[in-house]
Amino acid sequence: MGSMVVKILGTGCANCVRLEQNAREALTRGAISAEVVKVTDVPEIMEYGILRTPGLVVNEKVLVSGRVPDTDEVLRLFMNELAAQA
Amino acid sequence: MLTWIADLVTYRLLHLNPDTHLAAALHFFVYDTLKVLLMLAVIIYAVSLIRSFFPPERAKRLLSGRRQFLGHVLAALLGIVTPFCSCSAVPLFIGFVESGVPLGVTFSFLISSPMVNEVALVMLWGLFGWRIALLYIATGVLVAIVGGWLIGYFKLEHLVEEYVYKIKVGAGAADEGQTWADRHRYALDYTRDILKKVWPYVVAGIAIGGFIHGYAPEDFLVRYAGRSNPLAVPLAVLIGIPLYANAAGTIPIVQALMEKGLPIGTTLAFMMAVTALSLPEMIILRRVIKLKLIGIFVGIMAVTIIAVGYLFNAVI
Repeated sequence: MGSMVVKILGTGCANCVRLEQNAREALTRGAISAEVVKVTDVPEIMEYGILRTPGLVVNEKVLVSGRVPDTDEVLRLFMNELAAQA
Repeated sequence: MLTWIADLVTYRLLHLNPDTHLAAALHFFVYDTLKVLLMLAVIIYAVSLIRSFFPPERAKRLLSGRRQFLGHVLAALLGIVTPFCSCSAVPLFIGFVESGVPLGVTFSFLISSPMVNEVALVMLWGLFGWRIALLYIATGVLVAIVGGWLIGYFKLEHLVEEYVYKIKVGAGAADEGQTWADRHRYALDYTRDILKKVWPYVVAGIAIGGFIHGYAPEDFLVRYAGRSNPLAVPLAVLIGIPLYANAAGTIPIVQALMEKGLPIGTTLAFMMAVTALSLPEMIILRRVIKLKLIGIFVGIMAVTIIAVGYLFNAVI
């Protein structure tokens, strides 16, 4: 299984914090080992081309932007990503 | 059905005598609260369903390269239907400017988005009737068009922070391809979120309408801020600029002001100044534009809103 890098894009608003919590919880629940990186630098965020924060990026791919998916959905997205890798 | 619930609460649960003033006021309060909350739920749900079809990426595509007047009109209208919160103002601003949306058109979008909103629409409709609700929407769009157009007219692109033009904006996510089930879930979540946030303001607004009616001295505000005082509109706007609340939060204040005889134009101007010009948003925007442009923006908005206030005081 390949390694997974999860990035949370956002300048620190309440939604970004919620998204990070959901992402960490999903990783725990799915027993997935991944590195979680918070990206708060605006030019760096813009490299992903999103127009709304927060953004959820897995292995450099933008999966969600502008909303906070709940833990179930985040877990589903992570699982899809892992399946695609395998 | 709503009358039945209001009857139940007023006469059965609290055993109030239907002939008393208190019973009438409470009946009105329960009925109106239920009515407005129900309207809010339905309209927020409908609006968020519509919004799921207008992600900001779409607004960006539609607006890039449009310098003419049409661009401003389109931007002001898209500002209403595009889901957007001021915490995303920076990425949105950079994304728009980078993809060739003119600065003034970007501002038209940024102005109309917080000012013209569904909660304000429902509250104004429920409390003052559909005419005032429509009037507010129409003038909000007008202010956004004129404000953005003026910023474009003065060619202020050099007042955008230089780094903005150097940023390489990525391709972004592919469209998620939402199903109707996704849209429904998004709309439901959003409706719940907003209702949770605004219900205290709604209740406060209706309580002010129902209970305080007739208690505070009627002529106090009218004497100082009525039609006879030509400075009332600019004063209302000046007071409104540093105040910050979302549109729903201003409704109780607006309700109280109108109840006490403040003319409609002065009231709308106050409400617009509170919602469209907020210190937190200025601080966020300061990251992408220079202080001078923020000053110009506030100035243009203040003048435009004051003009709208005078217009409505004169017409209605």
